[in-house]
Amino acid sequence: MKINDVILRTISRIVVFIILTFGVYLFLSGHNTPGGGFIGGLVLASAIVLLYLSTDIETVKKSLPLDFKYVAALGVLLATSTGFGSILFGVPFMSQTFAYFDLPVFGLTELTTVTIFEAGVALTVVGVLVTIILSISEDGG
Amino acid sequence: MFSINLVILIPFIAAALLPFSYRRFNKTHLGWFVLIVPIVLFVLLARLIPSVASGKTYVHTYEWIPTLDFNFTTYLDGLSMIFALLITGVGSLVILYSIFYLSSKESLQHFYCYLLLFMGAMLGVVFSDNLMVLYVFWELTSVSSFLLIAFWNHRQASRHGAQKAMLITVSGGIAMLVGFIMLHTMTGSFSIREIIASISEFSDHALFIPAMILILLGAFTKSAQFPFHIWLPDAMEAPTPVSAYLHSATMVKAGIYLVARFTPVFGADEVWFWVVSIVGMITLFWGSFNAVRQTDLKALLAFSTISQLGLIMSLLGLGSIALQFGYSADSVMYTQATFAALFHLINHSTFKGALFMVVGILDHELGTRDVRRLGGLMTFMPFTFTVALIGSLSMAGLPPFNGFLSKEMFFAATVHIMEVDIFSLPSFGIVFPVIAWIASVFTFIYCMIIVFKAFLGKPQPEKLDKPIHEAPIGMLIAPMILAALVVGIFFFPNLLGQYILQPAMSSIYPNFGDTADLTPKISAWHGVKPELLMTIGVILVGAILFKFLKLWKPIYGLFSSRFTLNALYNNLLASSVSKSNIVTNRYMNGLLRHYLIYIFVFFVLAVGGYLFYSRAFSFDISTNAPFRVYEVCLVAIMAVAALSMLFAKSRMTATLLNGVLGYSIAIFFVIFRAPDLALTQLVVESVTTALFLLAFSHLPDWKKEKLPTRTKVVNGIISIMVGLVVVLVGLSVVDFTQFETISSYFEDAYELAGGANIVNAILGDFRGFDTMLEVVVLFIAGLGVYSMIKLRAKKEDENIEDQ
Repeated sequence: MKINDVILRTISRIVVFIILTFGVYLFLSGHNTPGGGFIGGLVLASAIVLLYLSTDIETVKKSLPLDFKYVAALGVLLATSTGFGSILFGVPFMSQTFAYFDLPVFGLTELTTVTIFEAGVALTVVGVLVTIILSISEDGG
Repeated sequence: MFSINLVILIPFIAAALLPFSYRRFNKTHLGWFVLIVPIVLFVLLARLIPSVASGKTYVHTYEWIPTLDFNFTTYLDGLSMIFALLITGVGSLVILYSIFYLSSKESLQHFYCYLLLFMGAMLGVVFSDNLMVLYVFWELTSVSSFLLIAFWNHRQASRHGAQKAMLITVSGGIAMLVGFIMLHTMTGSFSIREIIASISEFSDHALFIPAMILILLGAFTKSAQFPFHIWLPDAMEAPTPVSAYLHSATMVKAGIYLVARFTPVFGADEVWFWVVSIVGMITLFWGSFNAVRQTDLKALLAFSTISQLGLIMSLLGLGSIALQFGYSADSVMYTQATFAALFHLINHSTFKGALFMVVGILDHELGTRDVRRLGGLMTFMPFTFTVALIGSLSMAGLPPFNGFLSKEMFFAATVHIMEVDIFSLPSFGIVFPVIAWIASVFTFIYCMIIVFKAFLGKPQPEKLDKPIHEAPIGMLIAPMILAALVVGIFFFPNLLGQYILQPAMSSIYPNFGDTADLTPKISAWHGVKPELLMTIGVILVGAILFKFLKLWKPIYGLFSSRFTLNALYNNLLASSVSKSNIVTNRYMNGLLRHYLIYIFVFFVLAVGGYLFYSRAFSFDISTNAPFRVYEVCLVAIMAVAALSMLFAKSRMTATLLNGVLGYSIAIFFVIFRAPDLALTQLVVESVTTALFLLAFSHLPDWKKEKLPTRTKVVNGIISIMVGLVVVLVGLSVVDFTQFETISSYFEDAYELAGGANIVNAILGDFRGFDTMLEVVVLFIAGLGVYSMIKLRAKKEDENIEDQ
């Protein structure tokens, strides 16, 4: 079945970038305003899903050569290893810390180890969601 | 700084790197690279021997979950030193041996990964001071040994043996865990050192004996003591390097370690003495008795290992009697049993390791381990024969080999125990030396079987698959080193006694004054004493019985195979599978509706029941904020959407109505100023809708179900109950005071975590552990979905087993 998807394609080309940017923004702003790894990951995943919906899978695979199973695995590894990372500094498992740095462009910025942990969460969410959706859609199609 | 934690971590790190890097080492055998790990660890530990011998101990603590008293505390003293040296030392030799034993065609990266995991876990067991950490490592040895035993997993016997070993050792481990928790309940500490220091105040506590028995269960299952020994012969399906390592030198000795480690905790109690020494004695006898009937050399060695472990165990039991009397000049005599136990532990690792490797050589080079097919190998395999001879004679307890020394001390300990007035019947003590002597006669016989049946006599090349030839030199290095140790220890036993055994003795008897008293001088000739006469008797009677083996061997046929412990285990396993199948099939009937009923009924009972039970119903609407117009509108919309879903004519309509519900909830979150939740709800709603659309074409037609009225009524009641409970929870949550409020955390979020977003501070900082595990769960669920869809087993691929 061939559906007329000109509108979907045209709009999604622009929208995907907006959603992706929004996802990254949500992820980074999560520490102080609404957002965070989970939501950021969800938004990123939905952008990727939209990409898959509007264009066919082969094209996306060419332009986005990622195996999302590995993305998810990397996320889990990152999230768990931050826990062990704190052990290396002699503090209890899963301790997080933060500090303020004066960076050249951004000015006084707060950097925190939670961001690494949250990045793991986000990658896991993206990886798992896209993997599930892709495998369901590819199944017997 | 050198730290013991690092010693535990190095094998794990190496194991983690192996799967990523093994492809680089295609040309050379992977074992050569793995070999570096135990050698480095051995050297690191060996450098500490002098300072440990002078009484120094190393403690290192990393806080893990300090609120629960779980800390990663490592503790190096004399006792853990012995075991760590065995683990790394024998480990090095076994890996060296395995390089020649396993061809590069096998999946070596798996083998060495499991082996390193196992090595790290064993080091963790002997170094952990915290009981919970010890337990984690303890079960990790079970898991990694499972993987190792089932390494040739295309064979059914391997899988069966691995399962048996794991089932038995893990159930013992769980019993041990309960015992540990009891110890914590009594003493309020998970630290072994602290428990040892304070245990004397708790010896009449109601949990004291149960805790002791449960911990002993863990030790007995791991060390294959009667009646849990049945897993060890089946575990011999593993590749021989594994048998040599796990089933003679390390894993089975974890139980010995545990008993030795807990001797200062429980040893002063009479029950400990009786249980440990009697179980050890029975195991010693039963193992040696059954070893004689085996025709497979590896099975023979398995039973011999069981028997020798029983010997060490009984010695530890006998040695604990010294703690009952407290420290005195008389009681020091009994500590010699413990000394003999530790001494024999080392000796056993040397000679049994060598013997296992010899049997592996025979298997590898000739294709069989059956004594009925072997014979006359002496002239063809002189080096293998020499090692076998040294190992066997040492195991039989003959000079000039180290087994002789510890065997003599064992006899001496059993003779001493007769002098203790611990029973109302003074003559009962004679049982110990008698059993020891009889078991030693059988030990002598099976050692002779190895030497005479396999290596002497007439060669039978027609029964072998391959021509008889000597093993390659590389394969012989490791067993020859062990054989050299067997002889070396005989001539210089006191060096071992002073540097290795003495510090271990002082960790088992912490309050026993001068450590020099605890270290008897080991000498090969100590005059004509009962123990020497016993040894001579063993040789005479053993030689006669061996000569007439054919005449009395039929007595083994008297035991019906239907009434053995193995049959009991198999029946238990089979019936538990079939019984649980019957039970499971009753409720897992494949109807999604039924599963939902279980979930909802459980929810109503658990949550509603708790609300009712805790009288938390009280709620007061008067203090709540007044309703506003759009809230009422939203509720109305949601109610209409929910109700019309019941009467929807098509699946698409139902989905859209469901979407209306979801987005309305998101709007509620917006109104009530929960932007995080609103965002999440919106995105989740969109993604689920997308998922649904993807699956849409696979779903069957939407039909009105013709359900009987009774089912409809039941469903209706359940759904109303669920709704009611949710509403009640929502109403009463405002006034709920059952648990301590956590709002103070939220108020301090900015100071504690540096984040103004409380939700994220909870997810990342305060409850990061939960989030981490949730991520893992999500990942596993994703993999589950993926493999269910992608890797559905195809019918023709199902028979890949048992090639």
